[in-house]
Amino acid sequence: MAFLRCRDVHKDYLVGTETVRALDGVTVAIDRGEFVSVMGPSGSGKSTFMNLVGCLDRPNSGSIELDGERVSDLTSDSLASVRNRKIGFVFQQFNLLGRTSALDNVALPLLYAGVDRGERTTRADEALARVGLADRAQHVPAQLSGGQQQRVAIARALVNSPDMLLADEPTGALDTATGQEIMRLFQALNEAGLTVIVVTHEAEVADCARRILRFRDGLITSDTLDEVRDVAV
Amino acid sequence: MSLFELVRVSFDALRVNLLRSVLTMLGIVIGVAAVIAMVTVGAGAQAEVDRQIEALGSNVLMIRSGSRWFGGARTAAGSSQSLTAEDTRALKAEIPEIAAAASANRGSGQVVVGNMNWSTTIYGIDADYMIARNWEIAQGREFEPAEFRNGAKVALLGNTVVEELFGAGNVVGQAIRIKNVPFTVVGALKAKGQSFGPWDQDDTVMVPFKTAEGRLLGKSTHRTGSVRDIYVSVGDADAMDLVELDITEVLRQRHRIGPGEQDTFSIRNMTEMVEARVEARQIFNMLLAAVASVSLVVGGIGIMNIMLVSVTERTREIGLRMAVGAKERDIMLQFLVEAVTLCLLGGLIGIVVALTITVGVAEIAGWPVLVQWPIVIIAIAFSAAIGIFFGFYPARKAAAKDPIEALRSE
Repeated sequence: MAFLRCRDVHKDYLVGTETVRALDGVTVAIDRGEFVSVMGPSGSGKSTFMNLVGCLDRPNSGSIELDGERVSDLTSDSLASVRNRKIGFVFQQFNLLGRTSALDNVALPLLYAGVDRGERTTRADEALARVGLADRAQHVPAQLSGGQQQRVAIARALVNSPDMLLADEPTGALDTATGQEIMRLFQALNEAGLTVIVVTHEAEVADCARRILRFRDGLITSDTLDEVRDVAV
Repeated sequence: MSLFELVRVSFDALRVNLLRSVLTMLGIVIGVAAVIAMVTVGAGAQAEVDRQIEALGSNVLMIRSGSRWFGGARTAAGSSQSLTAEDTRALKAEIPEIAAAASANRGSGQVVVGNMNWSTTIYGIDADYMIARNWEIAQGREFEPAEFRNGAKVALLGNTVVEELFGAGNVVGQAIRIKNVPFTVVGALKAKGQSFGPWDQDDTVMVPFKTAEGRLLGKSTHRTGSVRDIYVSVGDADAMDLVELDITEVLRQRHRIGPGEQDTFSIRNMTEMVEARVEARQIFNMLLAAVASVSLVVGGIGIMNIMLVSVTERTREIGLRMAVGAKERDIMLQFLVEAVTLCLLGGLIGIVVALTITVGVAEIAGWPVLVQWPIVIIAIAFSAAIGIFFGFYPARKAAAKDPIEALRSE
C-alpha cells in the first residue's frame, strides 16, 4: 500500500486579484522507502506539491493521504502534529536558529513533541551521530561550514524518527562536492528505509533518486524510474 | 510545551538581544520604580506626620487671643478683651470633657551659659501645659506648685537648647541667664523630633507662667494674667467638635460678646491642621503616582513595539518552528511569555530600584521605611498584566503567520 497517495489534487493561489492555478489535478502514489526527486521549472507547481505533501498547506480539492491518514482536510494544529511526527524537513538555507547550539537546534522538534529534556538531549545526540557530527554538538551554526550546517538540519529532520524526509533544494547553497556528500547521506538514509523526496532543478542531484517526477504547469508530465525509463503517467 | 520550557525558550531569545531587552525593560523599570517609590515615600511621610501629631499633643485645641489668627480685620481696640489665666481655669471647670487646660505666653530671648549663648523661644507655662502639649521630662523634674505660685527663677530646657548650650550630660542644677536674668535649670525635656516646617519644637525654654510674666516677657501691654495661647486637651477625640462649641460659648459669655459680634479669640484644632497638610500631600502623591502609571503604559507600548519588531525579524524562525511541529498556540505562548518575562523582569528590577530610593530618601529625611507590600505585589501583577496586554497583539500576529510564507521570508 502506498505511503503517500495524492488524488486529483488542485491548488489555486490568489496573487493580487488574479487566481493562479498552481496544481491542476495531480495524482501520484509514493511507496514507503522510495527515493523520489521532484523536478520542474519555477512556476511548475513542484513547490506547491511539496508544501501540500509536507502538510504545510491544504489543497482546494482532491485528497492527500499520508500513511493511511487523510491529511488534506485536517485543521492547522493537526497538520502541525503530523509534520512533527511523520515528516522531516530539510531546506536550502538550512534554517538553523542562530546563536543556538547544534544540539538544541536538532532537539527543536522534540520540544514540540513534548519530550522531556533528558531524552531530548539523548536523541539529539544520536541524530547528530547519524550525520557524523557528534563532536560538534555544542557549536553554533556560525562556527560550522555550510555542509555541516546542512547535516545539522538533516539531524533535526531525523530526530523525531519521521517516516518521510522532504528536502527542498538541499544542495542549492552548497558547493558541488559538499552537495554530493549530502546526497550520499540521503541515499544512505534511504537505504536504511526512510522515504525521501527531494525537490531540485539539478539533473545530477535528481539522478541520485530512483524515481523522478517532472512538473510542468501544475501537472506531472513524466514519472520515470531508474530501471525503466519513461514510464508514461 | 510546559511553561518552564516556554520560559527557557523566551529567556534564550531575550539573551540573544541583550541590550535591546534591557532598553525595552527600562520603561517598565522606571514606571514600577516610580509608582512604588511614590507610594512608599508617601507612607513614610504619613507615618512621620502621624508622629508629629502625636508630638503636638493629640486632641489639642489651641485658643488664641484676638481674631488676627485668620489674618482678617481686628475689632476695635477696647472691645477686644485678651484671654486670661482665669479663662483657662474657667474652661477646665465648666467643660467636663477637657482633660487639661494650659495657659502659655511666648516670646523670644537669648539664653547664656558661660561663654555660650543661644536665641530661643521662651514659654511661660502653667501646671497643665506639660499634659496638654504632651511634653515629657528627660532628666530632672517638672516645676513644683510652689514654683508656679512664687514665680521662681527655674527653667526647663528643650532638647535643642540642651545640645546647643551643654552638648550632652546632666543639666539639672546648672545656672543659666535668660535675657540676663539668672535661672536654675531643674530639668530637660524629652525630644519631640523635628517638627513640620522650619519650626523646631525642641528649641525652647520653659519657665513658670508667673516668672515669665514678671521678668521675661513683660506685661506692659497686657494686664496681669493675660494669656496669649490657651491649650486644651480633650480626653475623647470624638468630642473635639462639641468641646470647640462649648469653649466658644463659655468664652463669649465671659468676654461679654453680644450676639452678632465677632469673637475676640480663635480656636484651632491642631490635629486638623496637620491632617489638612497630610491631605494636600496625599493628593500630591497620588498625582505623582498617576504620572508614574503613565510611564508604565508608555513602557508597555515600548514592549509592544519591540515585540512587533522581533516578530517581523524572526519570521523565518517562526516558520521553521511551525514546520517542525509548533502549533499556533505554541508560537503565541512563546511570544507572550517573552513579553511577560520582559515586563516581570522590568518590574522586579523596578522594585529593587524603588526600595533603594525609598531607603535613601528615608535615610535623608529621617522617616521610617514603610514598604507597602500590597503595592509591591500589585506592581508585579500589573507589570505581568502589561506584558500580556501589550504582548498579545504581537504574539497573535506571530501565531497567525502562514508557515510557507514565513519560511520563504528573508
